[in-house]
Amino acid sequence: MSIASTQQKGFWAILWDYLTTVDHKKLGNMYIAAGAFFFVLGGIEALVIRIQLAKPENDFISAGLYNEMITMHGTTMIFFAAMPILIGFMNAIMPLQIGARDVAFPFLNSLGFWLFLFGGIMLNLSWFLGGAPDAGWTAYAPLSIQSPGHGMDFYILGLQLSGAGTLMGGINFLVTIVTMRAPGMTYMRMPLFTWTTFVASILILFAFPALTVGLFLLMFDRLFGSAFFDVALGGNSVIWQHLFWIFGHPEVYILILPAFGIFSEIIPVFSRKRLFGYTSMVFATFLIAFLGFMVWAHHMFAVGLGPTANAIFAVGTMAIAVPTGIKIFNWLATLWGGSITINSAMLWSLGFIPSFTIGGMTGVMLGATTADYQYHDTYFVIAHFHYVIVGGVVFGILAGLHYWWPKLFGKVLNEAMGKIAFWFFFIGFHLTFFIQHFLGLMGMPRRYWVFLEGQGLDTGNMISTVGAFLMGIGSLVFIINVVYTTVKGEKAGNDPWGDGRSLEWSISSPPKEYNFKQLPLVRGLDPYWIEKMEGNKKMTPAQPVNDIHMPNGSILPLIMTIGFFIASFGFIYQVDNNLWLIALFGGMAIALGSMLARSLVDDYGYHIHKEDLEKEVD
Amino acid sequence: MTENTSMSKLNSYQNHKSKEEMKHQVITFALMIIFTLIAFYAVAVDMDKIFVIPLILILAIVQVGFQFYYFMHMKDKGHELVALLIFGGIWVAAVAILTFTTIIWW
Repeated sequence: MSIASTQQKGFWAILWDYLTTVDHKKLGNMYIAAGAFFFVLGGIEALVIRIQLAKPENDFISAGLYNEMITMHGTTMIFFAAMPILIGFMNAIMPLQIGARDVAFPFLNSLGFWLFLFGGIMLNLSWFLGGAPDAGWTAYAPLSIQSPGHGMDFYILGLQLSGAGTLMGGINFLVTIVTMRAPGMTYMRMPLFTWTTFVASILILFAFPALTVGLFLLMFDRLFGSAFFDVALGGNSVIWQHLFWIFGHPEVYILILPAFGIFSEIIPVFSRKRLFGYTSMVFATFLIAFLGFMVWAHHMFAVGLGPTANAIFAVGTMAIAVPTGIKIFNWLATLWGGSITINSAMLWSLGFIPSFTIGGMTGVMLGATTADYQYHDTYFVIAHFHYVIVGGVVFGILAGLHYWWPKLFGKVLNEAMGKIAFWFFFIGFHLTFFIQHFLGLMGMPRRYWVFLEGQGLDTGNMISTVGAFLMGIGSLVFIINVVYTTVKGEKAGNDPWGDGRSLEWSISSPPKEYNFKQLPLVRGLDPYWIEKMEGNKKMTPAQPVNDIHMPNGSILPLIMTIGFFIASFGFIYQVDNNLWLIALFGGMAIALGSMLARSLVDDYGYHIHKEDLEKEVD
Repeated sequence: MTENTSMSKLNSYQNHKSKEEMKHQVITFALMIIFTLIAFYAVAVDMDKIFVIPLILILAIVQVGFQFYYFMHMKDKGHELVALLIFGGIWVAAVAILTFTTIIWW
C-alpha cells in the first residue's frame, strides 16, 4: 500500500486506482483532464456557430440546432470547462502552497469530482436523447419552461449534479485553508493563488445556493406542474432572472479571481521580484468579492426595474473597476524594473493584461444604464464577456498550465510549441472578438441564427470566423505540445524555473503522495525564496520525520454519483412513463445506501511508516 | 518545586475562567427564557400589533446574538473568520431579500 507504488502496474490496476483515489493531486489532474475534454467540445460548438455566421443567410445548420449550439457552448464552457480546470488547479496546487498533505476532506473531494463529471456527461447525453437544451445558457423563463422535449431537463439535472459537486469543493477548500496551513504560514504569508482560491470558495459557498434554488423551482415547473415562473398561473418569470444572476454574477468572479491568482504567481517568478503591493492585492480580491454580490441586476437593466434600482446597480458595477484597477497596476509595477524572462507562461500573462483591460473598459461602458439600452443583447455584449472570460480566464488557465505542468506531470512543456500556440490563439482571439464590438454597435443582435446581406455586417463576421479558426489552430498546437511533451519531454527537477518562490517548488515534481515528508517551517512571504536567499537548498523542517497518516481510497463516491445519475434520468422521464419512477427510487436507493455504508463503516486510513520514509530519497 | 506552583497557579486560573464562563452561560440562558416569556406575554395580553411585532423581532435578534456569541463561542478568540463568513452570508441573504421585496412587482 505504501511506498511500492512506483512499480509497474497493469491497466486495470491503474484504472481502479484513479476510480477510487482520494489524493488531491490525482483528483486535480482528473479535473483538468475532464475540463479539457469539455473545453474541446465547447470549442467545436463555437466553431459551428462561427461557420454558420461566416456569411449572410447561411444555412450550415438549422435555426433550432443553432439555438442548441449557443446554449451548449455557453453552458459547457462556463460550468464544465473553465470552472473544473480552475478547481483542478486549486486541488492540485493550493494544498502544496500552504504546506498541507491533502485537503481537509479527501472523500468529499472525490465525490465532488465525480458529481461534476457525471453532471457534464448528463448534459451532453442530451445530444443523443432527443435534442440539447435550447433556451440559452441563462435559461430565462418563460422560454425555458416552454421549451419542448427534454433538452432543458437535462440542463437542469446536469447543472444540479455538478453544482452540488462544486459546492462541496468550495467548502473543502475553505476548511483546508483555515485549518491546514503549515507552521508559520499565517494568512498574510499565503501566496496569492491560495488567497484567490479562498475568496472564490467563499463566493461558491454563497452564490451556488441561489442557482440550486432557481434550478429546483424550474425543475418543479417543468416536471411536476408547479407555476413559479408561469405568469398565466400567477407566477413571475423575473424571479428566475434574479435568482440566476444572484448566482451568475458572483460566478464570473469565481472564474476570474483564481485566474488573477495564477497571474499573481507567474509574474513575480519571471520578473524575479516579489509581488508589488501584496496587501493591496489581498484587499482588492476581497473588495471584488464583496461588490460582486451587489451588482447582479446590471444583467437586467432592460427588464424595467425602475431608474432607482438601475442607478444603484450601475454605481456598484462601476465601483468594481477600482479594485480591478489596483490589481492591473500592481502587476505592471511588479514587472517594472524586474529581470524579465519571456516564456510561454509569461506570454499568456503579458497578453492577458491589455486584453483584460479592454474587457474591463467595455464592462464599465455596459454598466452605464442609459447606454446599456443600446448595447443590450447585441454583439457588443458578446465581445465584452469574451474579452474578460477568454482574455482573462482562458489565458489564465493556459498560463497556469505552462507554469505548473512540471509540478502536475513532472515534465516541462515544449517552449517553441507553447509560443506558436500563444501567437495563433492571441491573434485569433483579437480577430474574433474585437470586430464584434463594432458589429454590436452597428446593431447586430446576439443569439440570431442568420444576418441579412448588405447591412454592413458581412466583412466583420467573416473576419470573426477566420479568427475563431486561428484560435482553433492555437488550441490544436497546444494539444500536440501536450502529447509531444508526454512522450518525449525530459523529467523536470523540483524547481524547473529556478526562481520558484512558493512552497510547491520545494518538493519533487510531481510530488510524493504525502507531499511533504516533514511539514516545512514558513518564515515569511515567498518562503522557498527566503530559504534560497539564505543559501539553503531545502525548506527548514518544522518537525522530525514521523509516521504519516493517509486516507484510504474509496469507490463509494463513484457509486453514490452513479446513483444520483440514474435518479436524474428517473426524474426526467417519469413525466412520460411512470415506470421511470423505478429508476428514480432505485438510483436514490443506491446513493443513500452508499451514504449509509460510508457512515456505518469506520475507515481509519493507514500510516506510511517512519522507516519507509527514511529510505526515500528527496 | 517552582514548576508545581506555576502548574497549580495555572489550574486555579483555568478554574476561575471556567467559573466565569459558566456564570455567563447561566445568565444568557436565563435571559433567553425571560425574553421568550416576554414575547409570549406580549401576544397573550393583546397589545397593539405595531408594538408587538418590532418587540418580538428585536428580542429574536438579541437571542440569535446570544446563541452565536455565548453558546456557540463566537466571542472567543480564533472565531474571527467564522464571524466574517456568517456576517457575509447574512449580508448576501439580506440584499437578496431586500431586492425581492422592493423591485419585483407582482
